[in-house]
Parts: sequence; structure tokens; C-alpha cells
Amino acid sequence: MLITQLKSKDAIAPLVKGKTIIINCHGCKEVYFPEHEAIEMQNELSSNGNVSAVITRDYICNPDNLSLQLKKYLDKIKEADTVLVFSCGVGVQTVAKYLEDIEVYSACDTYPLPGFQGVTPLEFDCGQCGECYLNYTGGVCPITACSKSLINGQCGGSKNGKCEVDKDMDCGWERIYIKLEKLKKLDTLKYPTKIRNYGNPYVE
Amino acid sequence: MKITELFQRGEFPITAEVGPPKGFHIEHLMDEVNTYLKDNVTAVNVTDNQSSVMRLGSLATCKAFKDEGLTPIFQLTCRDRNRIALQSDILSAALFGIENLLLLTGDHTTLGDNPQSKPVFDLDSVSLIHMVKTLEQGFDLAGNPLDGEPPKFAKGAVVSACSDSVDVQLAKMEAKVKAGAEYFQTQAVYEPEKFMRFMEKAKQFGVPVMLGIVIPKNAGMARFMNDNVAGITVPQDMIDELKKDKEKTKAGITGVEISARIIRECKEYCQGVHIMALGWESKVPDILKLAQI
Repeated sequence: MLITQLKSKDAIAPLVKGKTIIINCHGCKEVYFPEHEAIEMQNELSSNGNVSAVITRDYICNPDNLSLQLKKYLDKIKEADTVLVFSCGVGVQTVAKYLEDIEVYSACDTYPLPGFQGVTPLEFDCGQCGECYLNYTGGVCPITACSKSLINGQCGGSKNGKCEVDKDMDCGWERIYIKLEKLKKLDTLKYPTKIRNYGNPYVE
Repeated sequence: MKITELFQRGEFPITAEVGPPKGFHIEHLMDEVNTYLKDNVTAVNVTDNQSSVMRLGSLATCKAFKDEGLTPIFQLTCRDRNRIALQSDILSAALFGIENLLLLTGDHTTLGDNPQSKPVFDLDSVSLIHMVKTLEQGFDLAGNPLDGEPPKFAKGAVVSACSDSVDVQLAKMEAKVKAGAEYFQTQAVYEPEKFMRFMEKAKQFGVPVMLGIVIPKNAGMARFMNDNVAGITVPQDMIDELKKDKEKTKAGITGVEISARIIRECKEYCQGVHIMALGWESKVPDILKLAQI
């Protein structure tokens, strides 16, 4: 099981820049998704007139399913500056890969719950770390795409774009850099030093 | 003595790296250090379970060097300790009068001789630098105040100057400078032109950079580094040079000549030199003499 929880309004509102598409995923039964809170927040976000479509679908973590489901919205999506995804981390990463020329952001943090995790035999993984970093890293997850789960940049162990731990694995931070360079968003990396919070996520 | 004071005075510090033994008998290492390094280098840099191979601790070895009248640089990685242990070790270093730090992420556990161990990486090199800076301000990472006068260190970091993804490394270097890094040492350099191009870009950060030298012992070692060590490319003509006169190479003369040549070519572009002799400490005086530094 896992829980997706909305990021704070302060974190999400600045991401709604230019023409924005919102994608909701109401897929897995194993995921608790805060539907009502999401609708409320999306209504607020839409009040500035920037949101050009709200798309609610299921299983966006499946790339084939995602491309079929987004087909009829493609014209609108191509015109968009930003896509804001309300889903678990796998969903956000799948959308970010599919729409690789558009800024894709996560509106949720994903937390783990003990029990069955759902079936996503796919290319992306979500660490369910509870403080989603995808908004800083071009939609490439530093927790699962980096062997050391580094959140402040590349280590010295990458050779020819491959990880020191597994020569068949691309260096996650090189992927992040290339993606942000492509989006002309390299300045995103100039964030203040990040420190992970391993404290119990359920204790408020 | 803090190494940063030397940079500020416009001096050109030279440091040498040594690895503690696999055991607690330090006499041989101390002999080598006293014979070959004490009078020739500014400070001795002690590795922290280098390449994830379990050894005598860096902190204990630094303390032993300090007692011997040397200036140690305490290397600290994030691989084996969480933030509680890292902060505690930094305070221990302050108690021992150790003033110089080199703060790294560390190689992954799977590369070493205890590959079954849990890789920690609670912090990374950037947040580790930030952590030391926070302690220097009198607080631990959670914001709890420290008792008494806070410690002060010279905070060093590393960068891979000849990496094939040098722009990604420069972004990380910038993050380290912002977090509080005050000097850098580089991964081994074998391509002076690449190093100079790197320094052109790195000088914007305004922090001193020490040129990293690993003495090439033979052609096999050079090829091994090319295949396995990130951020290092030994050019083919250098490998040929090591192959040319096997006796000369075996005696260490070729490695000394190559190292000294790289230093001569790069010294105008850097603010110090860091030699990683990997057991060839006895060659360090010859390199420095030949490099005229």
C-alpha cells in the first residue's frame, strides 16, 4: 500500500506557470489518493486562468496505457508550458519521460504503507520517500535512479555515463543534468543543500 | 595549522595521501611518513576506508600523526556513518586538535572487501559540508545547541576535474562551495590540457584547487584505471612511455618523471598539489624535486 499526499499549496502554486495541464491518476486500489483535497486545490489553482485542462485517468504508470489515454489531449498538451501530475512517484516519472520536452512536476509526496505494493512491473521505481524530489530533478528520481540516492548532485563515481555500482546502469545524475539542460532549466540545480528526513513520516 | 591559512597567504601547499593499514600496527606507516613526507609536505591526508576496504580508522591515524608533530587532514565519508556518528566524529576530531577536513560521499560498499555491508549515505558530500558548517555555528544538524565554543575547521572537498561529465561535476562543485567548501583537491590528472580547461571554468567559484596526482606505477595500472576508475583517462602515449623501458618503470623513475611533468605543466593553473602515492611514499621527495616545487 502507499499513500499519496498533496504537497503544500506554497510548494505547488509556483509550479503553475503559463499554460498548465493537470493530470490526476485514480488507478491502483493499493494507493490512497486524496481526491477531495486534490479537487479543491485544483479549483484554486485554476482560478488564475492558467489551467487549460484537467485530465483524470488511471494507471498512468503504464507507458502504453498513458500514451493511449493522452492521445486526444495531445494538441493541448503540446501547447502547454507545464504539466502538473497528481499521482505516486512512478506516475510522475512516466509522464516526465513521455512528455520529455515539457516541464513535468509532481504535486504529491508518496509515503509507504506496509502491505501489498500494487503491480508496476515497469521501468521506473518510486522510493516512497515522502518528500518527492522530482520537481528539482527534471522528473528523474534521484532516490531510485542513483545507487547512493544522492540528492545534491553527482558523485565522482560515474564513468562514461555509467554508475560505479553497475556498469549497465546509467548515472542517474547525468540523466538529471541532461534532462534539465534539454528543458533549459539547469538553474533548478542551484537549490540550497538538501538533507533527507528519515523521521517517521506519520508523525506530524 | 589550517591549510586555508596557507592559501590566504598565497603559499602553495603540498599534501600527500596515505592509507591506514589493515590492522592496528602503524609503525611501518609512521616510518614511511617520517622518512619521506614529514619534511617535504605541508599536511598528510588520511583516507577513510578508501575504496570501501575496511582498515584502521582515519580519525585514530590522524590523532597518531598529530602526536608525532605532523599536520593531518581527516578524510570523512558518508558511506559508513549516519549523521549522528558523523557529527560525533567531527567533535572528536576537534578534541584531538585536528583542524583540516576532507569531506566526501565515499565509494559504494559493493566496490570494497565487505560488499555485504549496508551502504549508509544518510548524508552526501554537500550535506556533510553543510553539517560541519552548522557545527561551526554552534548547532547540530537538528538545531540543538552545542556546549561551549564551537569547533573551527578548514573544510575541503573533492572534484573530478577530468571527468567525462565535467559540467555535471562543476554543478556539484558549485553546490559544495555554496555549502561551505573552502578548498578542493582533484581526482588524479593525466591530461593537463583538460585540467586547464576545467580550471578556466572553476575559477569563477573563487576557491583554491589542489592538483591531484596519482603516481603511475606501470602500464597495467594505467590501463586498469582507464577501465575502472571514474574521472581518470591515462593517454595512450603515457602508457607507451611506461612500457618503453620496463626496468626504469619498475624502479619508479618513469612514474616520477610523468608526475613531475604534469605538476610543472599545471602549477600555474592551481593553488597547491595533492599527491596520492598509493604506497610509493618514497617517491614523493623525488617528484617534488623534479617538479621544482
